Amino acid sequence: MRVLAAMSGGVDSAVAAARMAEAGHDVVGVHLALSRNPQSYRTGARGCCTIEDSRDARRAADVIGIPFYIWDLAERFHADVVEDFVAEYAAGRTPNPCLRCNEKVKFSAVLERALALDFDAVVTGHYARIVDTPAGRELHRAVDPAKDQSYVLGVLTQEQLAHAFFPLGDTAKTEIREEAARRGLAVADKPDSHDICFIADGNTAGFLSEHLGEAPGDIVDAQGNKLGDHSGTHGFTVGQRKGLRIGTPAADGKPRFVLDISPVDRTVTVGSRAELAVTGLTASKPRWCGPVPTSELHVRAQLRAHGEEVAVIARLEGDQVLVEFTEPASAVAPGQAVVLYDGTRVIGSATIDAVDRVAAAHA
Amino acid sequence: MTSLRPRSVYLDHAATTPMLPAAIEAMAAHLGRTGNASSLHGAGRAARRTVEESRETIAAALGAQPSEVVFTSGGTEADNLALKGLWWARLTEDPRRRRILLSGIEHHAVLDPAVWLGQHEGAEIEWLPVDELGRIRPDDVRRAIESAPETVSFVTVMMANNEVGTLQPIEEIAALAAEYGIPVHTDAVQAIGQVPVDFAALGVDALTVSAHKLGGPYGVGALVVHKETKLTPVQHGGGQERDVRSGTLDAPAIAGFAVAAEHSIADQPLESVRLTGLRDQLIKGVLETVDGAHLSGDPVGRLPGNAHLSFSGCEGDSLLLLLDARGIEVSTGSACNAGVAEPSHVLLAMGYDDQRARGSLRFTLGHTSSQADIDAVLENIGPVVERAQSAGLQNVGRNS
Repeated sequence: MRVLAAMSGGVDSAVAAARMAEAGHDVVGVHLALSRNPQSYRTGARGCCTIEDSRDARRAADVIGIPFYIWDLAERFHADVVEDFVAEYAAGRTPNPCLRCNEKVKFSAVLERALALDFDAVVTGHYARIVDTPAGRELHRAVDPAKDQSYVLGVLTQEQLAHAFFPLGDTAKTEIREEAARRGLAVADKPDSHDICFIADGNTAGFLSEHLGEAPGDIVDAQGNKLGDHSGTHGFTVGQRKGLRIGTPAADGKPRFVLDISPVDRTVTVGSRAELAVTGLTASKPRWCGPVPTSELHVRAQLRAHGEEVAVIARLEGDQVLVEFTEPASAVAPGQAVVLYDGTRVIGSATIDAVDRVAAAHA
Repeated sequence: MTSLRPRSVYLDHAATTPMLPAAIEAMAAHLGRTGNASSLHGAGRAARRTVEESRETIAAALGAQPSEVVFTSGGTEADNLALKGLWWARLTEDPRRRRILLSGIEHHAVLDPAVWLGQHEGAEIEWLPVDELGRIRPDDVRRAIESAPETVSFVTVMMANNEVGTLQPIEEIAALAAEYGIPVHTDAVQAIGQVPVDFAALGVDALTVSAHKLGGPYGVGALVVHKETKLTPVQHGGGQERDVRSGTLDAPAIAGFAVAAEHSIADQPLESVRLTGLRDQLIKGVLETVDGAHLSGDPVGRLPGNAHLSFSGCEGDSLLLLLDARGIEVSTGSACNAGVAEPSHVLLAMGYDDQRARGSLRFTLGHTSSQADIDAVLENIGPVVERAQSAGLQNVGRNS
């Protein structure tokens, strides 16, 4: 098969490409240039936007012995991922840009171009498993729970999965590093990426302030009493505890958490841990990895990257997914994805619009 | 993996051309010998002799005096030495000389030093007009000079463009600049071995040569500088090369350079006829096979080995990838910014729009090119363009 390996310059995508080449596929490495300013040179850092990363990817491709090219997807990435990220925060939501990038860039723009250029599939270094069954392809969690990235791949449809390979899903990360060293790949010891790749210094709040400006407003409790000030609602995420800078302590002396963010009236509502608990949620824009569910699903859900699973009952109503929690859940942020799992299998995902609170006391 | 790929069809001789066997032999013979050409003992004298004989060979091949050949580490260094050396030497003589006349189609090794002089040394960069075939007209050079001759530092115009292959009227430009005593530099890296180049007959003050573009080794070249032309040294040190370019001379590379220059220039009259035949076949075949394909650059006044073709509705990057997969090695001819293809500054200077500039391929032929290479291109170009067109243009059809 002729496969295009998306090579970020990190160890995972390098080993993924090497495994595909070793399996006898005709592999071509492509580094996606996603930054409009590729000059930014971060020594020792990890991201997907630097000259150092493209050089590391090229070196890995040379060692593997595959052709290598750089594709400029900066405009596409900016329009579909960065602008979406900023707009979501501006709307009081907490987006996941990696998920958006997989949906709109890696398995859309890149995959489409690859298919047009005579490739059969795209391979990445994501930790997830694809299982072929008579009923079609299934997406499953990786065997290494600490590295599992099925959450950010929950947006892939059957059609996209049909042209995807994730060769690392069956291996633990530590073994991947050993394998990279064995294969002579210089990126074997390169640190993992943690930050959002387009925020070079990791300062998300600073990035958002720069793009959205300051929009000061009030921090209030669920009853509407003013407790403090803030310089912009985009600095907050539902469930956030740190950095609220409220002078007066709560009556019960317990910590307070962000319950709700309302950019329209520039209000951040805070409350106790108990008030953070949710009983259900409403989500939209569902994406199904397999067939569209026709009946109520008694399954488990993951509500944020690296979050714990909770038991849920989910049903599809029109274009909305209604989720009811059958065990306690809290700190669910609109904008994040709810990804549904049947065992290790990913059923699909949807974007969280609203949550149902135990005590729906806030405005 | 790589072994499964077909035999390569190398059509990127403008990037670099295979070393001539005689040049490899000459260079290899000298690699085993010891001797610094500046040393006074026997080993030094032997190296010195190699260097000086090579200098004489190269000078003779290029119609220059041996003392006019200044060895450098290649074309880029020679261009930098020419521009910066002329700039400071001319300014020292007369502080009014601040205008540099050049065209927007120059190689980056000329463009970037000029822009640097503008940003750091107060040079005024004056862009000479370029027509849609990539030609610079002597009349425009005359007009630019005559607006204020006393303020011109120098003129630099390449002899043949590296992307579209257009030849420039250097002799005429040099003659009219000479009326005002203004020096002219020409980057002849692409021209040597493809068209006749005679330093004295051209009448320029400085001319850039690179060994690896004419069948010699990498890492060596020369700036041919007229013996009366003053250059301020750029690289200081031991005072080699008329005190203009310090650094221990690379005798083995220079020996290889000399053999390559001698052979490629001697072979040039016949070789250019052979290459023109193959190239015209390539151009005609592609234009007949592919709808909407067109030739860039001057159809007549161009390098014998250059075929620069543009294709509508696709990316040069896609074409390159697809041809590479079929073992055909060509270039998009565009500059790279961290590996990200930018539309070619040459095509933009010729008035192309961004989209048209992006769908281009440069095929360049050289001494190893054969009929089989042309056949391979003509066999593959149709399907390749069709496929690249289905992948479309990168920035078109975004869904946002």
